[in-house]
Amino acid sequence: MVLIASLMFSASVGAVKIPLKSIVDIIFGGGNSTDRMILLKLRLPRIIEAAFTGMGLSVAGTFFQGLLKNPMADPYVLGISSGAAFGASIAIVLGFGLFGLQFFAFAFALVTIYVVYILSKKGPYVKMQTMLLAGIAISAFMSSIISLMMLLNHNEMSQIVFWTMGGFSLISWSQIFYTVPIIFIGCIALYVFSRDLNVMMTGEEIAEHLGIDTERVKKIILIVGSLITASSVSAGGIIGFVGLIVPHISRLIIGSDNRALVPFSGILGASFLVLADTLARIAMAPVEIPVGIITAAFGGPFFLYLLIKNKNREVK
Amino acid sequence: MSIVKVDDLHFSYGKIEVLRGINFDIDGFKMVGIIGANGCGKTTLLKNISGYLKPYRGNVYIAGKNVSSMNSREKARLIGYVPQDMYSDFEFSCIDIVMMGRIPYLRRFQKETENDLRIVRESMMLTDTWNLRDRYLNELSGGQRQRVYIARALAQQPKILLLDEPVSHLDVKYQIDILSMLKQLTAKNILIFSVLHDINLSSQFCDVILLLDSGKIISKGTPDEVLTVENIKRAFSIDADVFKNPVSDTPYIILSKKRGEDQRVV
Repeated sequence: MVLIASLMFSASVGAVKIPLKSIVDIIFGGGNSTDRMILLKLRLPRIIEAAFTGMGLSVAGTFFQGLLKNPMADPYVLGISSGAAFGASIAIVLGFGLFGLQFFAFAFALVTIYVVYILSKKGPYVKMQTMLLAGIAISAFMSSIISLMMLLNHNEMSQIVFWTMGGFSLISWSQIFYTVPIIFIGCIALYVFSRDLNVMMTGEEIAEHLGIDTERVKKIILIVGSLITASSVSAGGIIGFVGLIVPHISRLIIGSDNRALVPFSGILGASFLVLADTLARIAMAPVEIPVGIITAAFGGPFFLYLLIKNKNREVK
Repeated sequence: MSIVKVDDLHFSYGKIEVLRGINFDIDGFKMVGIIGANGCGKTTLLKNISGYLKPYRGNVYIAGKNVSSMNSREKARLIGYVPQDMYSDFEFSCIDIVMMGRIPYLRRFQKETENDLRIVRESMMLTDTWNLRDRYLNELSGGQRQRVYIARALAQQPKILLLDEPVSHLDVKYQIDILSMLKQLTAKNILIFSVLHDINLSSQFCDVILLLDSGKIISKGTPDEVLTVENIKRAFSIDADVFKNPVSDTPYIILSKKRGEDQRVV
């Protein structure tokens, strides 16, 4: 319900206001042609991409936090974002078009996570702590190279910075065709393992003794989570905070049981990012604010409010 | 008929050989204590029995079947495992935790049935945790948490229950409570293996004791047979005096420093 409301709201507002009634008309094939153009060509792809990115990042964040047993984890913690930024920077510096940029971001995101994975593999086991550390190290390394590239290529600097802050202004239907299926199928695939993750959060050893193949589940979560994140990032840039905060907010509202948490987190993330993107579009129009700024500006204080409220509850 | 038979078990972490030829055979549903100095391989032995670790030589048989040939669900229905206490920051209610014990019996998306709930309830009654069912695990005391974990293992309806130092950091009341409860479980046809640190508690509660030293069993049998001055000196490098516990009629051990050292100090 919240999701539908935010989708409708987002479709309606903007430089050209389209009343809710005409949106319904357009969806069913009516409406006037200008509104129809704006809605179908410009707004709708953007809204869909924002919704799926929000869902994907939140679901991946939920799983990464559970898997790494670390509340600070988010989909970017293993270096996916810096890998993508690195790929994007190369593409921008070399002057590739939008498609090249997205392809490079996607490819480098996956290469990075693969390197991190190989580094932390010991025999058949993957050490989660090593993975976290390897992710941080690789991120730092990539960031320094990106900074160097920016220093050497002044002209492209603003483009790189703008990309890393994230946004959906360049989205058209062509991005949706490859990102949305990956994100959607990925989220469903992860959801299949939510009960296994429940048990693994109480200890991997015990999960193994309950008949769960923890190494296999870990690998699947890592691979699928990375695919989701990489496709989100390749289309929308590095949108921070959603994958960190939305899982936490959801956990505070409905608890740690992933079977309920994962769908909740996905829907909340989708609504949150659609609203944030709408705000990015209209707040300082005609200038677009990078959506990452909005997510942090609103997500942060709200999360603090929940934390304080929760702390008070425990004191009582 | 032996329930657990361990045959020439060797295990190593990398190049370090931790278990070096373990042999024993337990028939009947008993309480078996595994004792020995730190690093002698107690926990490793427990994890080899459960099939979590794979021996590089030798075999573990449960009811005549080789553990390494069982699939993970089959193992999970037969063997319950309670690890050393661990703290989890995520909020799960106790009943959710215990319900996880039913996973080996459920298909991936199958919902728990009335029957599962009944078994969970029984396990929680047995461990005196039913009144904690709606509390979050991370707000419980160590002793309560340990009993919830035991309840989860019992919900697996295992034939064999393995516990790694279940009472080490609990106060005396909980130590006695938990060990008495475990002892009663043997009457419900469950074979119990427990790693224990306290020699006197193992003497008081165990039917069989396995005494380990550097990856080998140096003595096995009843507390009377195992807990002798010589064995304790060999396993723990410490002098002991063995008396008779007037209450349980089992050996009672008083440990002291090596004789001679005392005099030097004075």
